Amino acid sequence: MASPELRVDPATTKVSRTTLREHIVEIVSDSGEGAQKAGQSFGAVCAKMGNGVWTVEIIPADIQPPPRTKESVSGIRIRLGAGKITNMGDEADIVVAFNEIAPYARIDQDAYKKGTKILIESMWANHSDPSVQQSYARALEDLKARGFVVYEVPMEEECLKIVPDAKRGKNMWVLGMLTQLYNRSLEIAEDQIRMTFRKKSQSVIDINLKLLHGGFEWTAKNLDFLYDIPATETGEDLVVMNGNEALSLGVMASGIEVCSMYPITPATSASHQLAESFEKVGGLVHQAEDEIAAIGFAIGCSYAGKPAVTITSGPGIALKTEFMGLAGMAEVPLVIINVQRGGPSTGLPTKVEQSDLLAVLYGQPGDTPKVVLAPSSIEECFQFVVLARQIAEAFRTPVIILSDANLATGVQPFPRPKPKAEWLAPPVDQSPWKKDVRAYEWDEQTGLSKRPIPGQEGGMYTLTGLNHSEEGRVSYLGNVNQYGAKMRSRKLAAFGRTLKPPHVYGDESGELLLVGWGSTRGAIEEGVDRAREQGASVSSLHIHFLSPMEPGLKEIFSRFKKVKTVEINYSDDLTDPLITPENRRYSQLAWVLRAQTLVDVDCFSNVLGQPLRPRQILEMIQEELNLKNN
Amino acid sequence: MYGLKLDYCAVDVPDKYYSQSDYEKGTARWCPGCGDHSVLSAVQRLCQEKQLAPEKTVFVSGIGCSSRFPHYMSTYGFHGLHGRAFPVAEGVKFRRPDLDVFVVTGDGDCCSIGAGHWIHSIRYNMNITVLLFDNQIYGMTKKQTSPTSPIGTMSNTHPHGSVLPPINPIQTTLGVSNVSFVAQTADWMPGHLYATIKAAHEHQGFSFVKVMMRCPKFMQEQAKALVADREHITMLTHENGIQVDEATAAIFSHKKEHDPSDISKARQYSEDPDMYYLGLYYQDKTAPRYDLYGAHNMGFSAEQKLQALNAELDRYAL
Repeated sequence: MASPELRVDPATTKVSRTTLREHIVEIVSDSGEGAQKAGQSFGAVCAKMGNGVWTVEIIPADIQPPPRTKESVSGIRIRLGAGKITNMGDEADIVVAFNEIAPYARIDQDAYKKGTKILIESMWANHSDPSVQQSYARALEDLKARGFVVYEVPMEEECLKIVPDAKRGKNMWVLGMLTQLYNRSLEIAEDQIRMTFRKKSQSVIDINLKLLHGGFEWTAKNLDFLYDIPATETGEDLVVMNGNEALSLGVMASGIEVCSMYPITPATSASHQLAESFEKVGGLVHQAEDEIAAIGFAIGCSYAGKPAVTITSGPGIALKTEFMGLAGMAEVPLVIINVQRGGPSTGLPTKVEQSDLLAVLYGQPGDTPKVVLAPSSIEECFQFVVLARQIAEAFRTPVIILSDANLATGVQPFPRPKPKAEWLAPPVDQSPWKKDVRAYEWDEQTGLSKRPIPGQEGGMYTLTGLNHSEEGRVSYLGNVNQYGAKMRSRKLAAFGRTLKPPHVYGDESGELLLVGWGSTRGAIEEGVDRAREQGASVSSLHIHFLSPMEPGLKEIFSRFKKVKTVEINYSDDLTDPLITPENRRYSQLAWVLRAQTLVDVDCFSNVLGQPLRPRQILEMIQEELNLKNN
Repeated sequence: MYGLKLDYCAVDVPDKYYSQSDYEKGTARWCPGCGDHSVLSAVQRLCQEKQLAPEKTVFVSGIGCSSRFPHYMSTYGFHGLHGRAFPVAEGVKFRRPDLDVFVVTGDGDCCSIGAGHWIHSIRYNMNITVLLFDNQIYGMTKKQTSPTSPIGTMSNTHPHGSVLPPINPIQTTLGVSNVSFVAQTADWMPGHLYATIKAAHEHQGFSFVKVMMRCPKFMQEQAKALVADREHITMLTHENGIQVDEATAAIFSHKKEHDPSDISKARQYSEDPDMYYLGLYYQDKTAPRYDLYGAHNMGFSAEQKLQALNAELDRYAL
């Protein structure tokens, strides 16, 4: 237990606290120094106090890069605020750096601004290797010259007063430092440590508590700036997790018992979570021999009446293409989750991109209508799987969920879901098949048909990817093919009738409408908010159902002078050589919207591998509307 | 079997008795003289003898002449993608152990486009009966070289003769770890064919049967020669092997006693360049089965699930 004499009354600190609406903190270190654990704990403490939080991990691409290099930088960004936080924001306000090299990896990504405070581990000044000492001294000068405010913090020295080896505990000392810096509750931070180390011995917990108090005290005595970010109490039960964890919980809440997958970044962590949780909730992660076998296995389960999910990323989607076509043609319910990464080909495995939209919409040879939906928040990652399973079974169709690397690693609190029995997949129907009902007895109005499940007496049919009649028999007749294609397409139209027009964020009409989909929602809406504060006539709209497309878009678009999509995928810039409005290759949603609405939809997109920042949106709006940049 | 129980103390009368016609559907559209017809008959006979409920039986296939098979069975069928029958069958069997699952595949389907799945399905060792129809040629797409075509086979893709030695499916299967049942038979020997398929179906695991198959359309000469040749065919015999009647046994000029638990000998026979061995090469009833792994973890009640799910959510609760 904590020793009471270690507690510090915040009133005894040297400086008065500055109250802020929000702040962005980064902790950067070498891989393996625990920066992410410290950041996650800090994020959880903030969320528990009722603050809005978004955390995102900074992950090195290699497993064990050489230490003290830009490649080895591992870390975390925590954006915390008085209200809800929906994205990672712009530049960091505070950086805690475990060595002098780490900040440079982030400076390369424009993650810091003039005035960003860098709290840097000072032990390198006295390192036994003179070249390290020099590197440290040089970096200090350079960082100051770049306009950052540098504070040397004796983290190692302070930790060594508490533990014999500081390597493993420095992160919790940093947690103590941040706890003091942002006026967090020490009790909640202590609870967080007990939670984090719950599987470890009491002595481990005690040492980490001491480190927490060490950082907390040091900060009170030594820093000449302290903050407070008041929280808005919601009183709601909250859970906090990343998008992949939310997807995996959604899989379980939907009653799906098989996740058939092949390892691929950044989707795999969802399966790790499932492999552990399925042991308690019931189910199995099948690690197949390849991406094709993974979807084939899932289709086998679904065909036999037990819904399954396959989780992958771009290259895996490419491999699954033929089976996706089969699921469409033979009308097998299936949930496919695509956690998108940079492409094409192997691309940028750990970075965010929204480049698979057209591939999933139109990627199968032949016409393959299917449902495609994209969550825009961590909470929706959970909800959309539950929804997808039901759509897949009700409409006898594959359903694709498009998440991305930004949602996969972004952590955000949301109201705790209350799982219900009706979310779970119903037991397999094994009652005798109604005589004379055909295997694909399409309802003319809706294209829907009832599906015989193996085991149902009298329902025997042979599922085939060949063109088939309503009886399920192979047919090479053109009119049978035309009719089947029409019925499969009609299902999509019927499902589309259940959708409502999307909500317009901001005024219902105006100069500019931004249209986004997926993980960019938070950044877009924040950019729109800031622009509107400056008087801009701009609104935004976020699409969740991309197939069938949400209705009413053409009418909504008609109320704005200009419509522009905001996406993280490639588009030609009109100012580029050789590019004209006619040959320009638009971003992916823009292509679809132009085709479906005949509106001259413009696009703003890039493939920089980074989540969009609100400032990028703001600046784009300012430029678009010829507003002065202030 | 329908009728008297073995101890003569009771009569076993199932709800329904199936005749062979209960398994037949349509007219098979294979060429006259194609070996596929005889396998179809043998399988329908097996279903009838075992009284497999048609609604509880699933034939999964890929693409090719062989893979039309499910369309001629009045059971459930899954005629899917070229080379991809195995993963689908595994999914079906994994979730529905109550179903009898067969895979019907061909030499192109299994040993070429689906070779990756083939290797892994051997290792998974799920309780599935696999019939590889090996006619050493692509028939449906009109005479292209198959990976099992003998070297020198004239085809539309190798007009001067194929240039590589063929894949040997028995040898390959015996080379994969966790292999549990490997047998060879021939379509023109109905007694042996039936006995082999029956033994395969009774094996609890991945039973791999290579059926040597005639293609009267594109491999006419080879087919004729094979059927006529008694000198290069040997029947493997053993008390733990494939048991055939006397008339069937009499067809074979050569017989060899082979203990199917001896994998080294099995591999040796599979590699013999001058002899086809028909019968059971290898069987291991103790090989771990993937369909049993995790099976205990399925089908929790809704209450159990919701309780466990809430406990999982607790881990993320603030």
